[in-house]
Amino acid sequence: MSELPPEENLPVAPEETEVAPVFETRKGMWSRGSSDTSGYNGLVRHLTMPGQSEPPFGEPFDSIRNRALELVPALADALFLFDRGELTIYVPREQLLDVARVFRDDAHLRFEVCVSVSGVHYPEETGSELHSVVHLLSYTHNRRVRLEVTCPEADPHIPSLAAIYPMVDWHERETWDMFGIVYDGHPSLTRILMPDDWQGHPQRKDYPLGGVDVEYKGAKVPAPDNRRSYS
Amino acid sequence: MSTHAATEDIFAGSDDVQADRVYLAQGGDWEDIAAEQAERGDETIVVNMGPQHPSTHGVLRLILEMDGETVTSIRPGIGFLHTGIEKNMEFKTWTQGVTYVTRMDYVAPIFNEAVYCLAVEKLLGITDDIPERASVIRVLMMELNRIASHLVAMGTGGMEIGALTMMTIAFREREMILDFFEAVSGLRMNNAYIRPGGVANDLPEDGLEHLRTVIDWLKKHLPEYAGFCNENPIFIGRMSNVGTLDLTASMMLGVSGPPLRSTGYGWDLRKTQPYCGYETYDFETVTWASNDSYGRFRIRLQECWESLKIVEQCYERLQNLQGEPVMVADQKIAWPAQLTVGPDGQGNSNEHIRHIMGQSMEALIHHFKIVTEGFKVPVGQVYMAIESPKGELGCHVVSDGGNRPYRVHFRDPGFNHLQAVPAMCEGGMMSDVVVSVASIDPVLGGVDR
Repeated sequence: MSELPPEENLPVAPEETEVAPVFETRKGMWSRGSSDTSGYNGLVRHLTMPGQSEPPFGEPFDSIRNRALELVPALADALFLFDRGELTIYVPREQLLDVARVFRDDAHLRFEVCVSVSGVHYPEETGSELHSVVHLLSYTHNRRVRLEVTCPEADPHIPSLAAIYPMVDWHERETWDMFGIVYDGHPSLTRILMPDDWQGHPQRKDYPLGGVDVEYKGAKVPAPDNRRSYS
Repeated sequence: MSTHAATEDIFAGSDDVQADRVYLAQGGDWEDIAAEQAERGDETIVVNMGPQHPSTHGVLRLILEMDGETVTSIRPGIGFLHTGIEKNMEFKTWTQGVTYVTRMDYVAPIFNEAVYCLAVEKLLGITDDIPERASVIRVLMMELNRIASHLVAMGTGGMEIGALTMMTIAFREREMILDFFEAVSGLRMNNAYIRPGGVANDLPEDGLEHLRTVIDWLKKHLPEYAGFCNENPIFIGRMSNVGTLDLTASMMLGVSGPPLRSTGYGWDLRKTQPYCGYETYDFETVTWASNDSYGRFRIRLQECWESLKIVEQCYERLQNLQGEPVMVADQKIAWPAQLTVGPDGQGNSNEHIRHIMGQSMEALIHHFKIVTEGFKVPVGQVYMAIESPKGELGCHVVSDGGNRPYRVHFRDPGFNHLQAVPAMCEGGMMSDVVVSVASIDPVLGGVDR
């Protein structure tokens, strides 16, 4: 029997290799918000985007990374995350326009098209709650890369890519509409899916889904966003 | 015919300043309105087309500024069919999400399901574990759906320029395909047939014979479209050099699918970034270097034939894969029930019910858990793109490790393509607007999601 006090008698935790920021912390293993008698209530998990941050990622991603670092030295501090065969570059918003222009124009990168801009809201990731996720496609080299740009909820501004990639016009309008990210420099940043006079940004996590409880054979079924959920 | 000649601004409130004259066109001739407007000498006329206009392929609103019959400016307005599918999915399990996505682009539901399931499988890391029979059935359903979607595009596109027979025969052929879908999945549309891990259930017993009749039917009737249209001078006159978009413009506007291939550029994700084993099928990428609506029509028509080629290859493969599983082997992901068509429509197979109710308590618990709670997907994000009939259909999925998606975003080709409408229509005639919009084949369920 060990004589150590209990707090020193814990198993050695695996070395912290998390490089991506923690976007949420979860407790317990089963239902969220209900009393958990399983004994797993004390379990704490820090959620972070998985992936490998140091090369080699394998081709063509190593050459994308090397070329990007060569042309935009400021990206040296940026996080490159390789996961499930996809490369994500976390670009600081100040550098987004430089990076996008290089990614479009350089013959070795040549990402001609920005296929999609989508937003993600991580309410617990303090200081960078809102993410704008940009997917680029190169017809010439037949490959894809993802740029992820973050901004705080208090200052939801990200430069618009519309001058570099004209096709992002509507995609950015949609992300503004749904998440309230203001794309500076966009030619006409208006709502696109919701009515013009709508209040709020529906895809944010704190925006309720809505819905009513339904009574069925005497039992009440709560609306989807009030049902028990599993963590 | 009333053009409300005496009315000034009927839309102004009682306190508002009267802005411009309002013309209401409810039946009658455009000519009369144009003449009246010419008499008044207004500089331009603003026409609001839609959202409830039969030739806008759903609830698309087009705001046109006209000088006579020439469009000087056109702005598409969307959002009338926004149903919050992406938000709703965040409150449902991964498998339930299929029921939502299938309702986006309702003319090509199988593609929505396929791209979503491929993305979820990529997140789960089970892409290579999908049984071959499931992949072949997916390809079969997708290619039949591509034919059905192209038929709708050609049929409604023809109807809008007066070729009504195109519509009637296109819907006739499409119905044969939808009958097959109904026999396989239980539903003509909104099938929710492709599920993460495989497909919901195997083909019915007479599935391959039924498929044979569909193939034979299409082979017999597809030549009619070429006969009606390819050399038809009116058809060519209405479609040629209308809605032009060259390769540079297509690249700048992110246009994909048939409109991109109509510039002569052979970009098809089935060839360039294959999925579901497309690299093992024999088919050609169809291109047509005319940059116009006619080229897009010819591409769609030829793609129906290429799809039919793939369907026939699937038919042969399915014969050799009889009895193989159609769902991933991992019971923690696979939907537990084998559905079977009973006397009352659909239901669980008797064997499965006997097993969970009479033989194994654990199987019952497992069935209950996977149906109510679903499976969990490891933390991460992926982007998956497939070649839908309209172009690149993309799906960006983020998981927080739970049993529900954290965020799902769909990149619908129609949403992107509608941005190209001003580039295609401005400077052209009003009658060409309908042709141009039809040539990019937007489906508003997918555009607005």
